[in-house]
Amino acid sequence: MRIPCPYCGERDLSEFVCRGEVATRPDPTTLSAGLDALYLRDNPAGPTREHWYHAQGCRLWLVVERDTRTHAVTGARPAAEAGS
Amino acid sequence: MSAAYRLATGGLIDRATPLDFTFDGRALRGFAGDTLASALVANGVRTVGRSFKYHRPRGLFTAGPEEPSGLVELGSGARREPNTKATTAELFAGLRVASQNRWPSLKFDLMAVNGLLAPLFVAGFYYKTFMWPAALWERLYEPVIRRAAGLGRASGAPDPDPYDKSHAFCDLLVIGSGPAGLAAALAAGRAGARVILCEDDFRLGGRLLSERQEIDGRPGPDWVGAIEAELAALPEVRILRRTQVFGAYDGGTYGAVERVTDHLPRPEPGLPRQRLWKIAARRVVLAAGAVERPLVFGGNDRPGVMMAASVRTYLNRHAAAPGRRAAVFTTTDDGWRTALDLQAAGVEVAVVIEARHAAPPALAEAARRGGAQIVLGGQVTETRGLGRLRQVIAGDSAFGVDLLAISGGWNPQVALSSHLGGRAVWSEALATFIPGEPPPGMSVAGAAAGQMTLAACLAAGGRAGAEAVIDLGFKARPPVFKADDEAASVSPLWRVAGSRGKAFVDLQHDVTDKDIELAAREGFRTVEHLKRYTTLGMATDQGKTSNLNGHALIAELTGRSIPEAGTTLARPPHLPVAIAAFAGHHRGVHFRPARPTPSHDWAREQGASLVDAGQWKRAQWFRRPGETDWLETVRREVTAVRTGVGVCDVSTLGKIDIQGPDAGAFLDRVYINTFSTLPVGKARYGVMLREDGLVLDDGTTARLGAEHFVMSTTTVNAGRVMQHLEYCHQALWPDLDLQMVSVTEQWAQFAVAGPKSRALLQALVGGAADLSAEAFPYMGAVAFRLDGVAARLFRLSFSGELAFEIAVPASFGDSLIRALMAAGADFGVQPYGTEALGVMRIEKGHVGGGELNGQTTARDLGLGRMMSRKKACIGKAMAGRPGLADPQRPILVGVTPLDATQRLRGGAHFLRLGAEASAANDEGHLTSTAFSPSLERWIGLGLLVGGDQRIGERIRAYDPIRGGDVEVEVRHPVFLDPEGVRLHV
Ligand SMILES: [Zn+2]
Repeated sequence: MRIPCPYCGERDLSEFVCRGEVATRPDPTTLSAGLDALYLRDNPAGPTREHWYHAQGCRLWLVVERDTRTHAVTGARPAAEAGS
Repeated sequence: MSAAYRLATGGLIDRATPLDFTFDGRALRGFAGDTLASALVANGVRTVGRSFKYHRPRGLFTAGPEEPSGLVELGSGARREPNTKATTAELFAGLRVASQNRWPSLKFDLMAVNGLLAPLFVAGFYYKTFMWPAALWERLYEPVIRRAAGLGRASGAPDPDPYDKSHAFCDLLVIGSGPAGLAAALAAGRAGARVILCEDDFRLGGRLLSERQEIDGRPGPDWVGAIEAELAALPEVRILRRTQVFGAYDGGTYGAVERVTDHLPRPEPGLPRQRLWKIAARRVVLAAGAVERPLVFGGNDRPGVMMAASVRTYLNRHAAAPGRRAAVFTTTDDGWRTALDLQAAGVEVAVVIEARHAAPPALAEAARRGGAQIVLGGQVTETRGLGRLRQVIAGDSAFGVDLLAISGGWNPQVALSSHLGGRAVWSEALATFIPGEPPPGMSVAGAAAGQMTLAACLAAGGRAGAEAVIDLGFKARPPVFKADDEAASVSPLWRVAGSRGKAFVDLQHDVTDKDIELAAREGFRTVEHLKRYTTLGMATDQGKTSNLNGHALIAELTGRSIPEAGTTLARPPHLPVAIAAFAGHHRGVHFRPARPTPSHDWAREQGASLVDAGQWKRAQWFRRPGETDWLETVRREVTAVRTGVGVCDVSTLGKIDIQGPDAGAFLDRVYINTFSTLPVGKARYGVMLREDGLVLDDGTTARLGAEHFVMSTTTVNAGRVMQHLEYCHQALWPDLDLQMVSVTEQWAQFAVAGPKSRALLQALVGGAADLSAEAFPYMGAVAFRLDGVAARLFRLSFSGELAFEIAVPASFGDSLIRALMAAGADFGVQPYGTEALGVMRIEKGHVGGGELNGQTTARDLGLGRMMSRKKACIGKAMAGRPGLADPQRPILVGVTPLDATQRLRGGAHFLRLGAEASAANDEGHLTSTAFSPSLERWIGLGLLVGGDQRIGERIRAYDPIRGGDVEVEVRHPVFLDPEGVRLHV
């Protein structure tokens, strides 16, 4: 798999670390909302947004759009600009 | 010495370069351009090995990488290479070849008795034999089957050869250099695209090397030479010979292995044996050709039975005749060409047995003129001959021949098109599976796509190559070549009914048509079940010649069409790849990078024992002459620190430099305690949590300026913490104005610990810094210059003694350790290693790796009161959930054995006295243990259920694995100087 880092260009999967689906942070106000945010993932069969870290490159955290059925990567932009 | 079966003329061999080699000790000669197989054919060697289960004599069945039975052992010693296909091994002078799977000799194989024990080895024998009396399995059945069934023997020695890895990038990757592949590469190369052309063989050309076909009026091999010369002259085209593309991966990434020096008599210095390529290709043309399909009839495995197109390869490419008097058994037009090529080479063709009721008229007429008898609608039911073929039986007729060429049609090499999940689809016209939807960026051309004539291959290849690069913005057009569309029709014949003798579907795994019938009767009807039950297609050849025949049989036996029965899904690798090629140079000491500390050279000079801490090499202890036991050494080092002064390299701790107006606010959000209020010139111990509320890491962070912090992390978590902080900043709070960078590698840092540490350091720094208790109290931090070099000093203590940490740029680390030791000579300074460091931190109850295990909360570790109530931080909300706040969670405690002579071992479980040793009664475990020189006994830290409420209680530390069962007293985890008097002097 190859990921188009907006800073470094298209790079090999082995340079990145995947954190998983872009998720909301645990809501401190209710326990159940916090647990849902921590442990429940949509895990869609299809397009999904994930956090990837360009650990062996520019150290940017990226929001990568990927189709879980085909591993087709359709976009990647800095998490800082993605408003997540 | 002329080989008996070498044709007098022709072939792509260099008769001026003879190559001598041995087969089972017999001296033989071939020529440059020979494969091992073609040299064996030329020398009349027909039997090259014994089969997997039945030990039947086996010969060369094909001439290519699909070979199921011509497997041999090459080389000797550590370089012995079992299960090598003779058909792809390039001949070189001095090659030593041994047949395999025979005992004591190839001719006289005692294990051939397996053939008589055939019922033992029927389909599913693995599963069925497991149901015999279990007591006999280990002692009897398993060893017998192991010896009887199998292939070559591994050398058992470490691989002595180097392997390499390379990355490559291209606009177009062309897989295969037959007519379609060459046309594709040429179309793209002429357009100026970056092209990589991979060919498994040592020579470009594919089937063109094996046929008597012409392109543009020139013989195939001549045309190949001209195209190759043009490609080689194009600067953006790279040709990789001896390179097998074995897998298609996501995002246009392809795996290939190049056999760099396998064909040389001895490894060339400086060259790897094999090179693993990772190729990122924007577009791909798969032109891997097709594999000829065998016919299933009685005795079809007898040496002398050979695929018809492979016969042509031996004749035309290698000028080697696989026999003197041949029969052809065909159900395709293609088989007739073999009859004609045999006749052209001077081999008598006794008979062509055509399973169809009509033969291609022109070809049949030519064969008849060449002297062949023709049988239409005939089938071979049996072969005869001891050890090798003597006679072919077709119905009532018998033919005395030593070669039977068989032709059942062609199976496109669809595997690479289906590695990413694309299912092959059935073609009724070709009676085979052709590629379905290939992966994005790939097109399939030529025989791999079911285009079975030369003209079609050339046109399709050129078109695919041009379209691929036009898609990328190049101007390209398909090259035009003149060639014929030869007759290529086929009527499938899946097996010959009424065969006598074993009819093999899978030659390598000895799977017969009867095995498939048995599987069908026993209910293994799907192709995936059939595969696992009979092991059809599961040998090293992955069923390249056998799968479709097997699947056709199960379809027929279960009353379904072949597409209904389906076919198994191909996965990488397409051909076996040595594990060493995947490892490359990452083995032995190069398995992963080694990180030496700044004092590494000095520590080696001192005779330090080194220990791995992640990638770091750290000094574990510094043994002195006369010390016989590491415990003795560690005891001395601890005592030196507790009574004098010691020095330890702590550079491996992670160091992160954080700067910016919001740096303090940022730290407040990642640590459970507050850092924005930390005064400049002070350090503070902090704990950070994961989002789920469990402890991520701990360490001290110092404030060197209003907007400048330096964080330290544990050695093991340095990378993880950096990644976490970057995530928090970039993904969660990009509005905070700060920057951070890891400076772990940039600073050398040494702990100077013990009552005499201040005196030592003051002697070293002189007037550069004032270290008095008033000027530089506990947790002080200061940047200063030491002899013109940037330096930092922290008053931190892991040992519980008066202690400092001094840091300089890493390149001065070696100088600093030597300066510290020189300055400390008067104070009796001693270096100490990680073991003494660990003992002292356990004596002080500081948490370490055993306690920061990813399952503990701050409260579990006795650090709960650090949690600020005034602010939020990562993990705070979840740390308060009932499960993590439960007072009955395991809490950090100290323990000491009641009997001071008894030893504690980490990992021992806590049990109440008198409680049965069962998992239900488990109350926690010992996380860290050490012999404490200060307490003169073993001490331990552990996590005990409700531990903070149980100080003084007696429990058991139970360690059944190492025979430990020690009664211990629960204590406060700080064993030494709980008031911290020593720290604050
Ligand atoms: Zn990057």
